[in-house]
Amino acid sequence: MKARVFITLKNGVLDPQGKAIGHALNGLGFASVGEVRQGKVIDIDLSETDAAKAKAALKDMCEKLLANTVIEKYEIEIG
Amino acid sequence: MKAAVIVFPASNCDRDAATALEAMTGKKTAMVWHQDNELPAGTDLVVLPGGFSYGDYLRCGAMANQSSIMAAIKAHAEKGGAVLGICNGFQVLTESGLLPGALMRNAGLKFICKPVALEVTETQSAFTRNYAAGQAVTFPVAHGEGNYVADDATLDRLEGEGRVMFRYQNNPNGSARDIAGILNEKRNVLGLMPHPERAVDPATGGSDGRAMFQGLIEALS
Repeated sequence: MKARVFITLKNGVLDPQGKAIGHALNGLGFASVGEVRQGKVIDIDLSETDAAKAKAALKDMCEKLLANTVIEKYEIEIG
Repeated sequence: MKAAVIVFPASNCDRDAATALEAMTGKKTAMVWHQDNELPAGTDLVVLPGGFSYGDYLRCGAMANQSSIMAAIKAHAEKGGAVLGICNGFQVLTESGLLPGALMRNAGLKFICKPVALEVTETQSAFTRNYAAGQAVTFPVAHGEGNYVADDATLDRLEGEGRVMFRYQNNPNGSARDIAGILNEKRNVLGLMPHPERAVDPATGGSDGRAMFQGLIEALS
């Protein structure tokens, strides 16, 4: 089973990198670009075949390592 | 005082820390590899040094927190043993939960490497007992991710309990409430971004850091 984990900064946490990307896009002429927030994507192969069990394990992985929940939130996509 | 410096892959201030400790204590400092499971017997002070442990993969300090030595460090802190996390060491301490909050990319996005003016905010700790409250000191900083972030309730609690130990006089990195260094609730774990171990010799970087090590020696010997 393949899973994809999205990790992004929580709302309200300043994202200086996102801001710099936004400025650069404006500089390239993309005038419609407003706020930009960046994050990371982690792809994980799992031997687990039960989707519910996989999701529970992935949530545990996010809480223990993949995300720092002081500043980040995560979303899990399976399949 | 028996000190141990933890060495992670890509720690790069471990020898600076050992040199400073040895100059101040006159004793050999133990260098402890991250894959070890225990601290040398009788360790009084554990130093988590600056650097780029595990190449800052995932998040600064996140992989170091998974090292086998961390269980021993947490047990040492739990028993009231002193732990000093400098720069990347501070990041490891927040990742481990020994200190609250997190350290994010500097607000200006630049890596900052220069001496900075700090205020010693609190003196009630083994780390700061030899400073005067409100004393101005200069320590070097060298970091790209030193922007201290925590929710307002946590910040209020840190301030209310006298656990903000150092503040920037001219905030270089966007840290909330100018915070440069904080203490845990039991007052035995300090994390700070500036480098006191690079300020123990007037020939290189000033000597304002000496009082921290002197205070630790007096408190822990």
